[in-house]
Amino acid sequence: MRFDTNIRYDFIGNRKKFFAFSIILVAVGILSLLIFRLNLGIDFKAGTTMDTATDHAVEQQEVISILKELGYSEIPTVGGANNDRISVRFGEELASEKIREIQTAFKAEFGEGSSFEVNVVSADMARELAIKTIWAILAASVLIMLYVMIRFEWRFALSANIAILYDCFVVVAVFSMFRLEVDLPFIAAVLTTLGYSINDKIVIFDRIRENLRFSSTKNDKQLTELVNASIWQTMARNLYTVLTVMIVTVFIFLFGSESIRLFSLAILIGLISGAYSTVCIASSLWYEFKKREKKKPASAAKQPTV
Amino acid sequence: MVKKRLLTFVAVVVVLFAAIAWTSPSILKDVKLGLDLKGGFEVLYEASPFDEGGEVTPQTLKQTAKALEKRIDQSGVAEPEILTEGANRIRVRLPGVENEEEIRELLAKPINLTFRAPDGTVMLDGRDFKENSAGVAYDNFNRPIVTIELKDGDKFYDVTSQLVGQRLSIYLDEEMISDPEVTYPIPGGSAQISLGNAKKADAEYLRDLINMGSLPLKLTEKYTQSVGAKLGLNSLKDTVTAGVIGSLIVLFFMVIVFRVPGFVAGVSIITYAWLLVLVHNWLNATLTLPGIAAFVLGVGMAVDANIITAERIKEEIRSGKSMSSSLKAGSKNSFRTIMDANITSIIASVALYVIGDGAIKGFALTMIFSIIVSVITNIYLSRFLLSLLVSSKAFNKPKHYGVKEEQIRAL
Repeated sequence: MRFDTNIRYDFIGNRKKFFAFSIILVAVGILSLLIFRLNLGIDFKAGTTMDTATDHAVEQQEVISILKELGYSEIPTVGGANNDRISVRFGEELASEKIREIQTAFKAEFGEGSSFEVNVVSADMARELAIKTIWAILAASVLIMLYVMIRFEWRFALSANIAILYDCFVVVAVFSMFRLEVDLPFIAAVLTTLGYSINDKIVIFDRIRENLRFSSTKNDKQLTELVNASIWQTMARNLYTVLTVMIVTVFIFLFGSESIRLFSLAILIGLISGAYSTVCIASSLWYEFKKREKKKPASAAKQPTV
Repeated sequence: MVKKRLLTFVAVVVVLFAAIAWTSPSILKDVKLGLDLKGGFEVLYEASPFDEGGEVTPQTLKQTAKALEKRIDQSGVAEPEILTEGANRIRVRLPGVENEEEIRELLAKPINLTFRAPDGTVMLDGRDFKENSAGVAYDNFNRPIVTIELKDGDKFYDVTSQLVGQRLSIYLDEEMISDPEVTYPIPGGSAQISLGNAKKADAEYLRDLINMGSLPLKLTEKYTQSVGAKLGLNSLKDTVTAGVIGSLIVLFFMVIVFRVPGFVAGVSIITYAWLLVLVHNWLNATLTLPGIAAFVLGVGMAVDANIITAERIKEEIRSGKSMSSSLKAGSKNSFRTIMDANITSIIASVALYVIGDGAIKGFALTMIFSIIVSVITNIYLSRFLLSLLVSSKAFNKPKHYGVKEEQIRAL
């Protein structure tokens, strides 16, 4: 098997730099989570949110004074293409009479055609959802690990799992750093990241496995060469796929509805992190594990069963 | 022979696209939109026993959900969705509801089971019965009967004495469920209700109803979401438009980069999107906002499957193989990769489906469908179409596959 030896960057040789970068990112993420925590949205924090689409453009000050008259000190956000979207979050679970009161006041001011979306979540529901989400991620990653162990071997499974959990963490960390709101679709986004990221890892590991069958890896140099070659052989696919998914996601981010904007941003972050960790982290981790095995008497690479 | 293959390809594509164009309008019309898209009201109740010392059993919870459904049906709301969740929750989804205040009041009332005299006087109510004591038995003619037990035998004796020869009708809210006649005063607090020639299922329904009435549940709102129709429809339109434009650009990109396989990928991906909506409708699934996101992301995964195959074929061509053996080797080598990648994604989605609820479940379900449909279209259909084109020998130059001549090595 000849490898393409044109211009190539030595990912394995430079792996320490990437490890260092990622460790720093994780550390910053942990710090951010400790200091800023997460900006929890309605799904995770008890309270009420009210989104309004109004008939005409609205000034934030107008909304503030209406709310003040009714006895609320919450600061609304005004957005939408024509400043015709109002979003208010109340810390308490508002009773339906209270909600109607606010809606009536809004309608009087911003037009009878105003349309509302109201969410009320109680505290125990919010906590339950957070716990369920963490369980879902752990369960998914354990199952994925088992599958990869059966289809590949434990070194691939462990490297892949570290890398995908890292990607999920990066998404959460970035949301914490920039104080972006974490809601139910965000969870779906983190789980999509998990799915996409594992896809990428499988593709590259599959290539390493394949190359292992046709080449000798008696020493470190050969192993390094093999992993680097595998990375570069799958590079075009990685770039094209990330690019295409990114195009769709960017479009949804830019032109999709308000409610799905943060969702697509989360997917975008996960996508970028996933592409990075596939090329720079996952294969290098596998290399580290494999190298240790190589120190022992050189056993021929296990033949994968197909 | 060779020409025939090309014709087959053209015929398959034309038939496929004609079917898509012909059925799409009606398919799109049939898509059941979630209430975040078309407006409506969703509420999650937690049920607790009305009386102290009572308990919520799976049967009473189910019965309560059924009774709620009856109430909603009578109020004229179309397509309500009422689900029990966990041990003590009921989720009610009412798409298109605008008068949510009324509906909320209607739903929050405890389920009211009463036994009335012919003049309408309430003689007994559900709580006069021993908890969960009603059962189904058979009389001498093997017809189903419902056995009941009362807490206060004397009260029942009084009631039945007053109504000998008359009817003691059973009402759920204001609807009469059964209309048994009292033949003689009944002492001891145990009785049976004969249902004539009714079926076993009717007897079981009455039994469950009485058991539910004996343990009425109080419903507390835990979560409510109400979406105005305008807000929902705007979200739908924006997101779908953005998704469609993004996807078209991706298809264009595929054709530019991968040429023949890129074109085939375009056909498969459009078929994939059509089939996914079709499957979604067949399963009567509801499309929600996160569902649309899962849908669009599914398109991304579908593109990936095609890219992996096309890249692999390119590699094989570069290594100097002939067109048809490049296709064979490329398809074979990429199959395992794509399957492993898709199976791991399914595993993640299943975990999500099992553990999550509400919107997350919908997202996971769409993900699972989309992966399955994707495997069918983007592996099998793509491969079939490509093999037709390659064996037709009409596209036999490396540049048709995005490979430059000088990149090809001698074997």
